[in-house]
Amino acid sequence: MSVDTSKVATSNRTEAATASKPGPAGSLASWADDRLGLATMMKKNLRKVFPDHWSFMLGEIALWSFVVLLLTGVFLTLWFNPSMGHVTYEGSYDQLRGIGMSEAMASTLNISFDVRGGLLMRQMHHWAAMIFIAAMMVHLLRVAFTGAYRKPRELNWVIGCLLLLLGTLEGFTGYSLPDDLLSGTGVRAADGFLKATPVAGSYMSFLLFGGEFPGESIIPRLYIIHVLLIPGILLALIAVHMLLLVYHKHTQWPGPGRTEQNVVGFPMLPVYAAKAGGFFFMVFGVIALMGGLLSINPVWKFGPYDPTKVTAGSQPDWYMGWPDGLLRIIPTGWESVIFGYTISWNVMLPILIVPPLMLVVLMLLPFVESWITGDKRDHHLLQRPRNAPTRTAVMVALMTFYGLAWAAGGNDIIAIKLHASINQITYFMRVAIFVGPLLAFWITRRWCISLQRHDNELLLHGYETGIITRSPEGQYAERHLPINTKAAYTLTARDRDHIHPVGSDTDAAGVAAPNSRSDKLRAKLSSWMYGHNVQKPTAAELEAAHHHAEHEAELQSGLDHPVDGHQFDDHRLRDTDEVPLRDH
Amino acid sequence: MQLLNRTAGRLSRHRRGPLAGLVVLFLGLVLSGSLYTALAPAPANSQASDTDQIAQGKELFLTSCATCHGKNAEGISTVRDGYQLGPSLVGVGAAAVDFQVGTGRMPMASPGAQAPRKEPVFDEEETAALAAYVASLAPGPAIPNESDYSIEGLSEEEREEAIARGGQIFLTNCTACHNFNGAGGAMPRGGYAPNLHGVEGKYIYEALLTGPQQMPNFSNGNLTPEDKRDVIAYLDSIQETPEYAGFTLGGLGPVSEGLFAWLVGIGSLVGAAVWIASHTTRSKKSKVNA
Amino acid sequence: MSNDSDRLVNAPDGTPEPYGDPSGMAAPATYDESHVPVHHEADPIADPGLPPHHWRPTDVDPKAEKRAERQIAAMFVAAMISALLFVVAYFSFEVGDNWDTFAGMGASTVSLGVTLGLSLLFIGIGIIHLARKLMADAEMIEMRHPAASPAEDREATIQALNDGVAESGIGRRPLVRNTMIGSMAVLGLPAVVLLRDLAPGDALDTGKLAHTIWEPGMRLVRDVTGTPILASEIEVGDLVNAAPEALFPTEENGYHELHGAEEQAEKAKGAIIIVRMDPDDLTPATQPDKWTVDGIICYSKICTHVGCPISLYERTTHHVLCPCHQSTFDLADGAKVVFGPAARPLPQLPLAVDDEGYLVAQSDFTEPIGASYWEREKQ
Repeated sequence: MSVDTSKVATSNRTEAATASKPGPAGSLASWADDRLGLATMMKKNLRKVFPDHWSFMLGEIALWSFVVLLLTGVFLTLWFNPSMGHVTYEGSYDQLRGIGMSEAMASTLNISFDVRGGLLMRQMHHWAAMIFIAAMMVHLLRVAFTGAYRKPRELNWVIGCLLLLLGTLEGFTGYSLPDDLLSGTGVRAADGFLKATPVAGSYMSFLLFGGEFPGESIIPRLYIIHVLLIPGILLALIAVHMLLLVYHKHTQWPGPGRTEQNVVGFPMLPVYAAKAGGFFFMVFGVIALMGGLLSINPVWKFGPYDPTKVTAGSQPDWYMGWPDGLLRIIPTGWESVIFGYTISWNVMLPILIVPPLMLVVLMLLPFVESWITGDKRDHHLLQRPRNAPTRTAVMVALMTFYGLAWAAGGNDIIAIKLHASINQITYFMRVAIFVGPLLAFWITRRWCISLQRHDNELLLHGYETGIITRSPEGQYAERHLPINTKAAYTLTARDRDHIHPVGSDTDAAGVAAPNSRSDKLRAKLSSWMYGHNVQKPTAAELEAAHHHAEHEAELQSGLDHPVDGHQFDDHRLRDTDEVPLRDH
Repeated sequence: MQLLNRTAGRLSRHRRGPLAGLVVLFLGLVLSGSLYTALAPAPANSQASDTDQIAQGKELFLTSCATCHGKNAEGISTVRDGYQLGPSLVGVGAAAVDFQVGTGRMPMASPGAQAPRKEPVFDEEETAALAAYVASLAPGPAIPNESDYSIEGLSEEEREEAIARGGQIFLTNCTACHNFNGAGGAMPRGGYAPNLHGVEGKYIYEALLTGPQQMPNFSNGNLTPEDKRDVIAYLDSIQETPEYAGFTLGGLGPVSEGLFAWLVGIGSLVGAAVWIASHTTRSKKSKVNA
Repeated sequence: MSNDSDRLVNAPDGTPEPYGDPSGMAAPATYDESHVPVHHEADPIADPGLPPHHWRPTDVDPKAEKRAERQIAAMFVAAMISALLFVVAYFSFEVGDNWDTFAGMGASTVSLGVTLGLSLLFIGIGIIHLARKLMADAEMIEMRHPAASPAEDREATIQALNDGVAESGIGRRPLVRNTMIGSMAVLGLPAVVLLRDLAPGDALDTGKLAHTIWEPGMRLVRDVTGTPILASEIEVGDLVNAAPEALFPTEENGYHELHGAEEQAEKAKGAIIIVRMDPDDLTPATQPDKWTVDGIICYSKICTHVGCPISLYERTTHHVLCPCHQSTFDLADGAKVVFGPAARPLPQLPLAVDDEGYLVAQSDFTEPIGASYWEREKQ
């Protein structure tokens, strides 16, 4: 690519850099470079450009809360004793003194009550875990809604989905460790899930628990999974995720000067590093405040796990809530006995079938989309959600499914808080889980298409000024003024959708074309996906509309600007990159 | 320093401060004084006042309770099988009346599955009269004395043991419906187990004894009086214990925690991201040396 | 092209600088797959190019610059003070036996959290303020490169691979190749087999799931206190959370003490609930003539769905609800499932009374308790 660089500075400094004698830092740097050759790599990346947008920082929340998890987690391991050995509690918490419990529970109480800052670290660790997974999901939604998962980023999307799965498992193994009544109830339910697995279920349960539930092995086993196995995989995948991000360079929103071929933003050093580093401290700070002020998982109130006890409101942490909700809304009696073997559909369906299926659907989204559209180009410019109505609608439908299942998982709390009946909520959810996503799909798609139409209105007829004019004939009309060029360009900076044409059944020689069946399906899907979309106007249409508008304007009063007080009626006047200038 | 209180951890620390002895002495005087005024006149003319009380209770019963429970408290069945407009009160005892009327659950505002707690309609004297009347119909559980549900009389070590034991009984028998924190929980078809915070020990004891509405009984053959006393002591103790961990978020468990993780955690951090990426004010001036 | 020359800065003097060849930038992308129609239509509106850079007040006004500097430094100082207060709080508030409290909350946790949080937030906000107000903020432009390697690199790599494979001779010696792959595949077996002893040798017996510690004549005792239950003391409407006597061994009852995993497993399977209702309310499904004592009826406390203990009992409807997934069982009707995801009734424990009037079991449960499993019906 030829770029005229003659008129452009390569740095935004105002004075020329002058060579100076290397100081001690310089000597150290050359010592290191003599051995590691870092300069070549760093030359490329120190000033790497990252685009600036709030939605690009959602993944950072996840990354930084993961760092907080590592720091607080290491602190906790210094006291936590992952053992199911039986002890009598003799610590500081009065209400449990003299009660028998596992060493895991006793050491958790010790961290909470006898180690200064221990309760804070426990709570920060737990809040950070909840925020880690929530941030991954918000980040995932941003990536999906803007089409950032398209080529060449499909693999990073798949890695992201795996991170979400691993984060969830890491959360489950983590909150099970204290061996309190609530987590023990969760582990027992997990034992029920394992046992519902056909053929090998009972054996899987025996192997995991080292015999019959609950055994004495589960806490040490979950511990090593929680502190070594999954964090190791998480770290490796996060590293790959970030490397791919650097290699692909970040996506950006289209706009004046922002194209598929470039990336416009701030350099890694100093601005981006400062912003990202500052954000790390903010994430850490928010988690510390939450850990200090908001109680989470008060294990001393649950007491030690005892397989004969249970508490109302026995729920998993939020990210396990949706399969729990699915479990709750399965109708009575879904179990069958075939050739004398029991198949528990009531557990398999909501736990062993639907959640893994959802994960696979999620991972396949970019591949299915590119197969339907036949689009094999690299994409670095993001799409506004409205400009991909079908994709947006599919995501909203999936979110609705997730949200309803999630709400069903809290049906007892909803029932108390809203004075409703658990039974009625459950009946409602049984229907809504099917109807809701369909409805959400339909509404979202129509909504997106309407917004596209509105964009075209803006382009063709300008914005509404709020100025009502009366023609000599007595006709009233609202005056429209054209939007500025930058805004107009931004609105048109999107691709036209191409419906995949149906291939002929036979090729030129009259032989049935291969793949014609899948080709037809693809054509159908492509027209389903794009058929209703509104395309951006052509240059000719714009020309005609502007011509018409000029003609109208001539007929109308001589105002060429909005009347006083209406200058900023349309926020688009202020281009996204330009905030109003001020004298000061 | 009103807010900073250096003795809240162990229950026992309250009595070890220099002023604690005085406080206990004062409380003891007040308690014995009020007990004396409450109890002393009773033995003088108990026989006569009992019959008067029952008569007064019957009168109140006929005007306020008989519509649902029948003129002789025999209960009134509805057309639907197995459902009653009001159940028979023969044999429910004074404890049941004291609980239902004393917490304002009875008389009900309208017939329904569950009577919610509300401001009592009758004052203490009227409640006592109603209780005496219902108790006179057939023997049933009596209103407990304070000594039944209080651990004041025990030694410090016994009290600690009682609380720990009460906690285990609470977690075995009560948390399934009332939640680990006593915050209450949902029951089938719109029913609910009420919040136990701030409920007087007497009413908890009576509820255990009589099983109001859908709640099962925990009669003395089921949970001994000491068991009940210990449960009440545990409930009192968790309400007196400081919240070591900060605000409890309703004490409802992971659902409210998840809500806060999203609203407070993700909410504030996304807000921070918007601020970080927002554009700063621009000037019309240009740099002099540019 | 080297990376340095790809990276350009938006001209910082208020006049738009050309940053390259606009027509080159806005060139319509073409599809590289033949079956997709290629559109060479130009954009309806030409790219106006990156707007000019405007200075911030802090760039042009030394006063504003100084003010921002002071603000940022103040935040860093506040962060230092907060961090010092953290140390003060750490040493001045007691935990353990004698917690200091603050407004009814643990003083240590709250003060440590707030001072740490504020310190971190001040640092974070200070750094970001610094980046926003004082660091150079002209946007830079960097050119992208296709994610794919250049075609010649690809060819060279394929060539190298082919050469390597050819030189190894693996392709020409299928015997060697296949046995090598086979040997590695078989190596998976030791890896799997090694996990067999996750459960000790005799522990893989699904038959154990079908039996509990209950045996004929074993007394039912109250959970926690372990005292036996007189049938005559249980009233209509009572709910007793109970356990097998063998889990509360004393010298009188003569049961030997269980430990650790064994005790927990028997607890997990043996838990029961006892209720008493009007004998007329019992349906034939509850075997009122054989298995109950004067309306006293006993069921496993373990839900048949996924195994939560259940005891949310409604005395008037005789329904019991599971707090985990809301399966509801009608105890008057053989614990039939009336709502929720469970598929099977709760197993009933056949009851009797011994000579002293205490409740005892006639036998173990007649079917496996708790969650379903594959071999359940075989036992």
